[in-house]
Amino acid sequence: MNVFALDPAYIGGFGLDEALILIVKVIAAFAMLMVAVMLMIWFERKLIGDMQNRIGPALAGPWGILQTLADGVKLFFKEDLIPAQSDRFVFKLAPYLSLVPAVIVFAVVPVGGNFTTGDGTVSWWGNATYLQVADPHIGILLVLAMSSMAVYGVMLAGWSSGSKYPLLGSVRASAQMVSYEAALGLSLAAVLLSAGSLSTHDIVAGQGGYDWNLWVTGIVPFAVFFIAATAELNRPPFDMVEAEQELVGGFHTEYSSIRFALFFLAEFMNVITMSAIIVTLFLGGPDGPILTEGAAWLWGTVWFLLKLMVFLFIFVWLRATLPRMRYDQLMDMGWKVLIPLSLGWLLFLGALSIGRDRGWPDAAVIAVSVAALAAGGLLLRAAVRAGQAERQATEAAAAGQPAQGGVRP
Amino acid sequence: MNFFGGFKVTFAKLFEDRVTSQYPSVKRPKPERFHGRHVLGRYEDGMERCIGCELCAGVCPARCIYVRGADNPPDSPVAPGERYGYVYEINYLRCIHCDLCVEACPTEAITESKLFEFSFTSRDDAVYTKDELLVGDDGQPQRLAWEDWRPGDDQHTSGWMRATSPSGSAAWEGRAAWSAELGYGVRAPELGQSAEAAPDPEEPSGHDAAKHP
Repeated sequence: MNVFALDPAYIGGFGLDEALILIVKVIAAFAMLMVAVMLMIWFERKLIGDMQNRIGPALAGPWGILQTLADGVKLFFKEDLIPAQSDRFVFKLAPYLSLVPAVIVFAVVPVGGNFTTGDGTVSWWGNATYLQVADPHIGILLVLAMSSMAVYGVMLAGWSSGSKYPLLGSVRASAQMVSYEAALGLSLAAVLLSAGSLSTHDIVAGQGGYDWNLWVTGIVPFAVFFIAATAELNRPPFDMVEAEQELVGGFHTEYSSIRFALFFLAEFMNVITMSAIIVTLFLGGPDGPILTEGAAWLWGTVWFLLKLMVFLFIFVWLRATLPRMRYDQLMDMGWKVLIPLSLGWLLFLGALSIGRDRGWPDAAVIAVSVAALAAGGLLLRAAVRAGQAERQATEAAAAGQPAQGGVRP
Repeated sequence: MNFFGGFKVTFAKLFEDRVTSQYPSVKRPKPERFHGRHVLGRYEDGMERCIGCELCAGVCPARCIYVRGADNPPDSPVAPGERYGYVYEINYLRCIHCDLCVEACPTEAITESKLFEFSFTSRDDAVYTKDELLVGDDGQPQRLAWEDWRPGDDQHTSGWMRATSPSGSAAWEGRAAWSAELGYGVRAPELGQSAEAAPDPEEPSGHDAAKHP
């Protein structure tokens, strides 16, 4: 097994051709991602303006499309402040901890290739290769690992600022992101169950010909994954981390100049990569009708980008529509709804799959599973209720009897 | 439950007209009775209207007006009557454009233009002196270099003429109860309020010229 993993181009030695292909891929992916982020920020501002009867950026370039570039240049030339109370090394490190995972995740996303009638390989200078930077065996685990790394960026940024609001923001961020990571992983397990592989290329190849995980695994894992991803991204309605009304700017309050720009970049890059991961996992990645015989791989890229755009639109739409959730509502939803739901659905899918292996009738498996899950759900609910009642009793006892409207000295 | 209703609302907004106007390049017309910076008027013969009575300074809630009157020189009077406004200053860092000075003025001397886009680089510049406030020899407000005058902005500089019912009596609707100004003559009442005004039986004649066509 070589370090560059399963890409067919690297089978049988790593020579000049392979090195060139790798370099081209890395540069192309990086450039694409940067341009995409630039366009995404513009797109978000423009679209949210449209949704609020405004115009949005309109002066920099045609339709304001260069607004992000202008903002970037402006941020670059601003004063770079490091607070006196800060932990200087960690303060400087945090933006990169935020940005690097966002870039790395994109490396495992297949952005093109013919998966509908072919196996997704393309031929570059006589070498068969995948249209993704790398296809490691642990593909999806890398995604999870990197999204966990991103928590450090946010957490350390808030902690090292030496200031109250960033600290509060980062405490919220780490709690929120760790909580939703569980739901994210569990809903993802349903996909892995149906794909039987961690490699993103294999997952996409398994969905070829419209066997998309969206319906193969039922809608539930997709819905849970999407909600959890929104929370992971700290996007509205889960943007507690940078709730302007409560926390000034959240974890990046003390950041300015290019360091702030890096956080900003990472945030929007994460939106794009997470949308790409959703497309890869649930919507078959580049899978779609091949309309012309020549350049079949190009159609894969077209469909991939179209699906990506749909999710980018939805993320902006969510931001334009939904008010921010309260912190306890957020935690309730993560722990009491999404995690049990995705866990139950995973067990259900597992039972179904075992049942098919053994030749049991589907209807019986479904009936038994639903009954068992309902019983489990009721037990869980009873446990939650009992815990609540006990906590209230303890609190009432601790507060003494005059708690009702009485003013304590 | 109308949770998804919100999504419909924001999506429908995509196809609606934008409320934004491209402000610095495109300007929306200002309301008829907009309160902008002040103008000191003149009578048709060129005499200044201000008599230096300081009623405007007295009524000003922001205390931004400073007036000192002086006796008219007998051989070349500045204003009709005994006195004239010798010093007249308005501090636009304090003015709230409430128009109380306009209502208080007994000679319709001080009125407000529709001009609000002017800025200063020092506090001293924000104090407009009489030279800057007084209309020119043609009766037009002075277009100072730091002000952004647009066509039509000087058309309603006289706030007094806009009072269509000066005595509070509806019978005076559509009557010009004000004197003539330099450059404009007697200005007609506002459109809309005068057109429907029935002829007043108590005063059958004398104001026909002032009626709006």
